[in-house]
Amino acid sequence: MSIFEAILLTVITASTPLVIAALGELVTERSGVLNLGVEGMMIIGAVGAFAAAQLTGSAYIGIVGGIVSGALFSLLFAFLTLTLVTNQVATGLALTILGLGASGMLGEAFVGAPGIRLLPIEIPVLSAIPYVGTVLFKQDLIFYLSILLVIGVNWFLFRSRTGLKIRAIGDNHASAHALGINVIRTRYLAVMFGGACAGLAGAQLSLIYTPQWTENMSSGRGWIALALVVFSSWRPWRLLAGGYLFGAVTILQLHAQAFGIGIPSQFLSMLPYAATVVVLIMISHNRRTTMINTPASLGKAFVPDR
Amino acid sequence: MKKLALALAATAALVLSIGSAAEAAEKTKVCFVYVGTRTDGGWTQAHENGRLQVEKEFADKVETSFLESVPEGPDAERAIERMARSGCSLIFTTSFGYMDATVAVAKKFPKVKFEHATGFKAADNVATYNSRFYEGRYISGIIAGKLSKTGTAGYIASFPIPEVVMGINAFETGAKSVNPNFKMKVIWVNTWFDPGKEADAAKALLDQGVDILTQHTDTTAPMQVAEQRGVKAFGQASDMIKAGPNVQLTAIIDTWGNYYVKRVQALLDGTWKSEQSWDGLKDGILTMAPYTNMPDDVKKLAEDTEAKIKSGELHPFTGPINKQDGTPWLKAGEKADDGTLLGMNFYVEGIDDKLPAQ
Repeated sequence: MSIFEAILLTVITASTPLVIAALGELVTERSGVLNLGVEGMMIIGAVGAFAAAQLTGSAYIGIVGGIVSGALFSLLFAFLTLTLVTNQVATGLALTILGLGASGMLGEAFVGAPGIRLLPIEIPVLSAIPYVGTVLFKQDLIFYLSILLVIGVNWFLFRSRTGLKIRAIGDNHASAHALGINVIRTRYLAVMFGGACAGLAGAQLSLIYTPQWTENMSSGRGWIALALVVFSSWRPWRLLAGGYLFGAVTILQLHAQAFGIGIPSQFLSMLPYAATVVVLIMISHNRRTTMINTPASLGKAFVPDR
Repeated sequence: MKKLALALAATAALVLSIGSAAEAAEKTKVCFVYVGTRTDGGWTQAHENGRLQVEKEFADKVETSFLESVPEGPDAERAIERMARSGCSLIFTTSFGYMDATVAVAKKFPKVKFEHATGFKAADNVATYNSRFYEGRYISGIIAGKLSKTGTAGYIASFPIPEVVMGINAFETGAKSVNPNFKMKVIWVNTWFDPGKEADAAKALLDQGVDILTQHTDTTAPMQVAEQRGVKAFGQASDMIKAGPNVQLTAIIDTWGNYYVKRVQALLDGTWKSEQSWDGLKDGILTMAPYTNMPDDVKKLAEDTEAKIKSGELHPFTGPINKQDGTPWLKAGEKADDGTLLGMNFYVEGIDDKLPAQ
């Protein structure tokens, strides 16, 4: 394997959880709900996936465990913010703290256990293509899922009737309600989709990225996913590009160091974040396009008939 | 955002710890501030083992409490201050980055005793303690020098502080003593704890042709990458053999427990004094994991080196040693003094990396 392929492989591994978690949050935010608890849902997904894989011996059941635990955990957020109408920002932050703490407690028994690694699936013929073959068609299930999810979500949001409803709710929940759309139920489902995606991203961390369980192993990736949603101006394909850009900069700075390029490592470590800021500025520069995409009801509570 | 979340988490943890602190007022309270989680399998877990040893030893006289995942920086000061307010008589702050915060809080609480791990700033009520990790890293270097086919090792480093630079230099010096042309590639990840990033760094190093790995970060992720790729590696802070059963050569193990027991005893006896303690292999504060996955002659060499360091016959930093640019540092037979080591901010010859500015 050439170094080119090796670098691309690590870039994909680093980018996939960001893309998946951000994609889930994108759908949630499109419905007008701001869930800052991505980091918490992700780590709950990571521990859920690891536990399920350990208990059953199957990494595939682990994936299911990650998705289910992420979705169930997000249900707590949905209940608090949609039914009890608590502040979304505060509840989201609380969800992260609770997730980090609870996952540590739940995972205590699994610390140091040898992880069960999800093995790559080789797609015949395609995987034999030079260069791209090994990188794109000899991957694990979660990578394929991430690409399918981007395609699916893009179609769902902009081509399907339910997608139109979700966007309508996100833009003006009062009007959507007046039109007879069930705002609360739709938002519940959108939040749970976000939770399921964050859980799947967590599963990628504990089954593929580093097949092990350690407390706090999400290490802030949930926050990067949140930034990616804004970065993408709520569009799935831009989000995919952004996720890979972020992953690429992260990995390339490590390689730059190993090559002995004389740039301060602190500067290199900062690069991914600096890149995010630069692109955010570039996008926001054109105020009109940014405003078109921002869901107007984002973060606002909805109480029917008030 | 991440900082904010950590700060909130730390605050939440503080509230909880204060709640439980109110109960046993008659027992002496000894507190610990951790940078990572108790179960990280590395640095913080080693301190946690020490805390448990204190609990066991003084079960009826001492009560311990701890805060975990306290970020270095401004939040650390608040966390340490809360500990001091909650009635701790002795507080161990277990990460280099807590140094200034510890000294600042100690000024406000002259009656509380503080011990800061791996720092160099002391006061009447602030002691410092450290372990001569470099002795273990020198042995690791010798093993690497013997076993590496490409003659290049990869080093995953956290922050460019003297402690870490000293470790890199000790490893290179050891390797060079058996292979004069030994080279090292270093990646600074600028974190103590991020399994994903540590694993990425390990992969990057291996992709660029190093054939032996060592780390100065806290998780077992690099060891796991080594195991997957079948490349030999060294564990850090704790025995990481579970993560790398077929590849771990040895690990430097921090065994703080004896030191903690000694200091708590001094506190109970009323003989506690501010000291700057720096023990090593011979005092048992640092131990080596069993030498595994290597030929017998290399194992023998490692054991002999360990014995020589313990007896004082061998000091890892003995000249002739040149600095990275070739200028002489130590003359033949000259030994480095502790002050230079504790403030080390330069590389020795043979390291293929530019030291980040501090």
